[in-house]
Amino acid sequence: MSIDDAVPISEGSRFGGPNSVGQVRTQYIAFAGPPAEMELECGLKLGPITLAYETCGTLSPERDNAVLILHALSGDAHVAGYHAAEDRKPGWWDLFIGPGKAIDTTKYFVVCSNIIGGCKGSTGPSSANPATGRPYGLEFPMVTISDMVRTQKVLMDRLGIPRWLSMTGGSMGGFQVLEWVVRYPGQVASAIPIATAVRLSAQGIAFNEVGRQAIMADPNWREGDYYAGEAPRAGLAIARMIGHITYLSDEQMHAKFGRRLRGRDGFGYDFKTEFEVESYLKYQGDSFVRRFDANSYLYITKSMDYFDLAAGRGSLVEVFEGVRTEFLVLSISSDWLFPTYQSKELVKALKANGIPTTFLEIQSPYGHDAFFLPNDRMSATIAGFLENVQRRVREAAAEGRRP
Amino acid sequence: MIVAKRKRPARLRLDYELIEALIPDGAKVLDLGCGDGQLLADLIEFKGCEGRGIELDEKAVLECIQRGVAVYHGDMVEGMECYRAGHFDVVILSQTLQQTMDPPKVIREMLRVGRKAIISFPNFGHWGVRLQLLWTGRMPRSPALPYHWYNTPNVHLCTVKDFEEFCERERLEIVEEIFLTARYRPITGFLANWRAGLAIFQLQRAPQG
Repeated sequence: MSIDDAVPISEGSRFGGPNSVGQVRTQYIAFAGPPAEMELECGLKLGPITLAYETCGTLSPERDNAVLILHALSGDAHVAGYHAAEDRKPGWWDLFIGPGKAIDTTKYFVVCSNIIGGCKGSTGPSSANPATGRPYGLEFPMVTISDMVRTQKVLMDRLGIPRWLSMTGGSMGGFQVLEWVVRYPGQVASAIPIATAVRLSAQGIAFNEVGRQAIMADPNWREGDYYAGEAPRAGLAIARMIGHITYLSDEQMHAKFGRRLRGRDGFGYDFKTEFEVESYLKYQGDSFVRRFDANSYLYITKSMDYFDLAAGRGSLVEVFEGVRTEFLVLSISSDWLFPTYQSKELVKALKANGIPTTFLEIQSPYGHDAFFLPNDRMSATIAGFLENVQRRVREAAAEGRRP
Repeated sequence: MIVAKRKRPARLRLDYELIEALIPDGAKVLDLGCGDGQLLADLIEFKGCEGRGIELDEKAVLECIQRGVAVYHGDMVEGMECYRAGHFDVVILSQTLQQTMDPPKVIREMLRVGRKAIISFPNFGHWGVRLQLLWTGRMPRSPALPYHWYNTPNVHLCTVKDFEEFCERERLEIVEEIFLTARYRPITGFLANWRAGLAIFQLQRAPQG
């Protein structure tokens, strides 16, 4: 995940602007303290657990306007607005969240939840292990997408939200959306999975594994026990570079970089960074190591690899039996990491169950990461869908039934 | 319980109105090539129907979403294949049959996922079409057939007679036939293959045996 540095912030979305949610702060819930630790899918226990989240907008008196945002691999709870007036950039999906935007915070109460296993304020491998007082490192138990969702359900209950009006997320955020719907079908009125799939493909696992191998091959990694010394920066940077290639598209790389050289007129006939695309990837890798923990990268990518919505639940069609959630499924035409056919697989299973499903392939040349970029059609689609869902939910409530 | 909510104002296009009249209140309806979703939105609002659409054009899909109509962005055969047999009461194919690559497959699939099919198409047997070809020696053009030979999306045009024969061969029962002039005025079935500009057929599978 990345907000491209080249994406300009519109005037209205600047701090104090009419389309900005303004100042926000990260909040935390703590739970699963001993002896009530949470049993994870892998069989091990984790606790106490801290989960970071942010909110914007106001929960309605009927508590019927809450929208949950779920982030991808390297995201965090800071989804929109600013932590401080002097912040250079707003939250990672500020383009889509705020007054007058696709997810309009004058209508909806937006919650963005972080994930366990990460390094952005929630319990993860860099947190202190209560048994030793030192960072967990590899003693941190393996967490899965469904473990993440179960902690988010605790957050939902703490916030006093009886049912989500909607939830959305791209990529791994979409995994969480799908797991939510299947695990708690009565508590999600609508869902908007974006650029995602019902399981990670072999190709996706392959790229994740190369990233992990790069980290683990870094001598500074030391079996994950590096918190007292130098972090495996080189390995994590390479992992990020590989990941970043998969988030772009051939067409976009050609348009953005071509074969242009950076800061020189001819070849140097050496191995220094000379092509613009090299320099871009190097920048992405270097800036990532300043904000992300290598062990978290290992754990989260592994949770993606393990994700298979149908595992242990029968066929994909059976998975959605009894689900009443209304769906808007979005894919991106140039996404080769989560290609459109994978979204269609989801759509087919939903339709086979008679679930109201809208599917749209967004035409965009920007590859997997296109959902972080400005896109008027995507904004209008999400806004229109949410508006109709809210109308239906409120009509149903007025008539005393659940849609 | 699903109930019709209120009467809606009269439509501009009579063929839409006639198609709408064929659909019972509360029916489950699939509209193939649903465009901006207007017909479905009306069926949902005024007849309490459960409506779904399939549409290729991205912009039209967006309009459907804004109307609150659930729509699949893609090919109609692909979009139908995942529905269970008999999921819909009615499947509509309005003035698109002639643009499909494999009409028999589309119609078979319509009558698999739906109990009834409503199909409308421009009649290539209309006297105006026949005369144009006979007198001018050129490919016929009309409001219903606005394209040139080189840019037409119509790859499978047929006449009323062709279609009736097709139904017989495919063992499809014609429940209802409605004919309109090229200017969407209703006419009787008398010499329909000469007089009709547009035909609307309601079909269902003929009983076995």
